[in-house]
Amino acid sequence: VREVAIIATAMAKNVRVYAGNEIELLLPVVQEVVAASGLPRRRIQFTTLASSDFWAGQAFAFVRALDAAGAYPVLDDSHVDMDGAFALYEAWVRLQTGEVDSALVYALGKSSAGRLHEIAPLGLDPYVLAPLAPDPHSLAALSARAMIDRGLCDERALAEVTLANLRRARDNPLALEVDRPQDADTLQKQPFLAAPLRAADCAPVCDGAVAVVLASAELAREVCERPVWIRGIEQRVDPHGLGHRPLHEAPSARLAAQKLALDPAALDVAELMCLYPHEQLLLARELGLAPHTRVSPSGSGWAGHALMATGLSRVVEAARAIERDEARLTLAHASAGPCLQQNILTLLGADHG
Amino acid sequence: VSTEPLVEPWTLAFPYTRSTGATLGRFFAGLAAQRILGRRAVDGRVFVPPLEHDPRDGSPLGDWVEVSPYGTVETHTWIAEPLSTHPRTTPFAFAMVRLDGADTPLLHVVDAPEREAVFTGLRVRARWAEERTGHLRDLAGFEPLPPGASDTFTPEGESMPELASRSFVYPMALHYDVRAGHALSVHLRGLSEARFLGRRCPRCARVYVPPLGACSVCSIAVSEDVELAGSGTVITFCIVNLAVRGQEHLERPFACGNVLLDGADTPFLALLQGCAVKEVRAGMRVRAVWREPAERGPSLSSVRHFEPSGEPDADVSELVRRRKELHRA
Repeated sequence: VREVAIIATAMAKNVRVYAGNEIELLLPVVQEVVAASGLPRRRIQFTTLASSDFWAGQAFAFVRALDAAGAYPVLDDSHVDMDGAFALYEAWVRLQTGEVDSALVYALGKSSAGRLHEIAPLGLDPYVLAPLAPDPHSLAALSARAMIDRGLCDERALAEVTLANLRRARDNPLALEVDRPQDADTLQKQPFLAAPLRAADCAPVCDGAVAVVLASAELAREVCERPVWIRGIEQRVDPHGLGHRPLHEAPSARLAAQKLALDPAALDVAELMCLYPHEQLLLARELGLAPHTRVSPSGSGWAGHALMATGLSRVVEAARAIERDEARLTLAHASAGPCLQQNILTLLGADHG
Repeated sequence: VSTEPLVEPWTLAFPYTRSTGATLGRFFAGLAAQRILGRRAVDGRVFVPPLEHDPRDGSPLGDWVEVSPYGTVETHTWIAEPLSTHPRTTPFAFAMVRLDGADTPLLHVVDAPEREAVFTGLRVRARWAEERTGHLRDLAGFEPLPPGASDTFTPEGESMPELASRSFVYPMALHYDVRAGHALSVHLRGLSEARFLGRRCPRCARVYVPPLGACSVCSIAVSEDVELAGSGTVITFCIVNLAVRGQEHLERPFACGNVLLDGADTPFLALLQGCAVKEVRAGMRVRAVWREPAERGPSLSSVRHFEPSGEPDADVSELVRRRKELHRA
C-alpha cells in the first residue's frame, strides 16, 4: 500500500439555502483548498467531483460544476455520483496505482433546489420499493423501531443522542444554524415525523461544499508541514433489499471495520455520518467504539446534511482534529443507500513521531 | 432593480417504463391474480418478493412458492402526516411484513385507524386493489387481522400464473427551485433589456457569455462586467429536420449554430434565420434580432434569432487559432 496523506481541507459554512448557483458555491472552497495545499492548481494531477444531477434537476450539471475546479483545458478528471467520501476512495485508489501523486476531491452538496422525499425514492429498487415512495425518514424509522423492539435503545436514548449532536453542532462554526430543543423533554413533545423519529431527530438538509487535497508520501513531505495520513480505507455494502438484512444492524460497517483491523482502544475521535440518532448507537456497536473515543465532535449530520458532501465533511472534521493536535488517530465514517446499506471507513493518523 | 440572483421553479417529469423480466414479471402476475409468490433458495429460505439470485452467495433461486396473504409486522413506522409522494393521503404505517411461508419480510403499507394499532408482532392480512394491472400496488396494502378471523391459508395448487405484463410505467415528477447564480443573473437581466452582458476573467481576460460564475481555466470568479454588441460569427452550425418540442412553430428544416459574439471567448447556441438554410456556413457574420420589449424576459429567448449581417465572412480558422492560443496561455 502506497502511503497517502491529506495535505489540505476546506469546507463552506452550511446554510439552509445558498442563493447562488452550484459553481459559485464550490468555487471559494476549491480556491481555499488549492491555496492551502501549497500546490499550483495545474500541479494537482487528478480531480474527482462528488455530486448528483438529481439534486440540480439538470442533466450534466456535474459537467458544468467542473468550471469551479478550473478543469479546462482537459485534466485527468472523474465524477462520482455518491458522497464525497466515496470520491476520496476513488482518488486514493488512483494514487495507489502510482499514476498520479496528487488529487483534488471536492463535493457539491447543494440540496436546496430539490426535495428529499421526491428524489431519494428514485435511488431505491424501482420495482418493489420506489412505487411506495418511502422517504429516507420513514426507512430510517423502520431501523430505529427494529432497534427499540430488540431493547438496543429506547426513545429517551434517541432524544439524548440527538440533543448531544445538536449541542456539538452549536459549537461548530461551520454548522447550519437551526432552532434546537432545550432538553429531552421538549424534544419528546415534538410530534413524530416518522415514528419513533421526530423532526429534530432528522439531520437538517442544507447546502454546503467541501474539498480535500491528497498527496503521495513524497509529495506530502515536500509541501506540507503536518500531513494527515490515511492509515486505511475500507468500504463494504449490504444487499439493497430491506428484507434481506437485519435493519437493527449494519453488517457492512462491521465487516469494513474488521478489514480495516480497527483498534477501538487507539481511536481518539470517530466522526460518524449519522442522519438519525439510532444510527450513532448502531454504528458505535458495529464498530466496537470504546467509551473514551469522542463521537462526532462536529455534531455529525445535525451540523447540516448537505447531500453528497456530508460524508466527506466527516473526513475533513476527522483530519482537522489531528491537525489541531486534539487527536492522534481518528476515524471518518460515511454511508450510502437506505438504512446504512453501504459504509465506508477512513482511518486517519498523525505524523509518526 | 433587484440584484438578487434569479430563482425559477422547474418541474422535471417523465415516465420511466420498467421491464419486469421473468422473475418479477411472474410475481406481479401473481399479484394481479391475488396471489403472492416467492422463490426458494438453495437452503430452503423463501424470498418474497422473489429475486433471481440469492443476495448472500449469488446462487440462483429455485422453485416458485405461493405464500399466505396473512403475515406478521416485523418493524413499522407511523406516518401521521403523509407527504405528497406517499401512497396514502391519510395517516398510515409503512411496515416490514413477513408473510406466513416466507423467510424475508417485504415493505408495504399497513392501514390502521391510529398509531397504537400498529405494532411489531401484529397479525395482518393482504388487501387487494380493485383494479389490478400487474404492479406492486395490485397489493393495496395490509390491514390488522380482526380478532377471531381465520388466518389459515391453502395454496390454490401447483399452477403458477403466467406473465401478465412485461412492463409498467413508473411516473416521476421532481420539483426544483433552480438558482441561476449571481453572474448569470446579471446576464439574464441584461437580455430583458436587449443587452448582452458578459463577465471577464480578471486573470486571463477571457470573456464569458453567458457567464456561469467561474473562469473554467483559472478557477477564479469572473468579476468584471462587459457589455457586448449583438454582432458575431457562426462558429459551427447544424440543420434541424426534426420537430423539437417548443420549436414546433418553426418551418423545417431550420438552422441553429454556435455564435461567438464579437469580444466574447465562449460561443452559445442560437437560432439562425433570415437566409436559406443551405446558405448557413461557418464564418457567416450575424447580428441579434431582439423580441419586442413586452415579449422579452430574463432568458435567451429574448433574442428572437440571429440573422446574417451582410458583412464579409470572418476567417473561422483564425478565430479557432486565437481561442487555442488563449487556452495554451
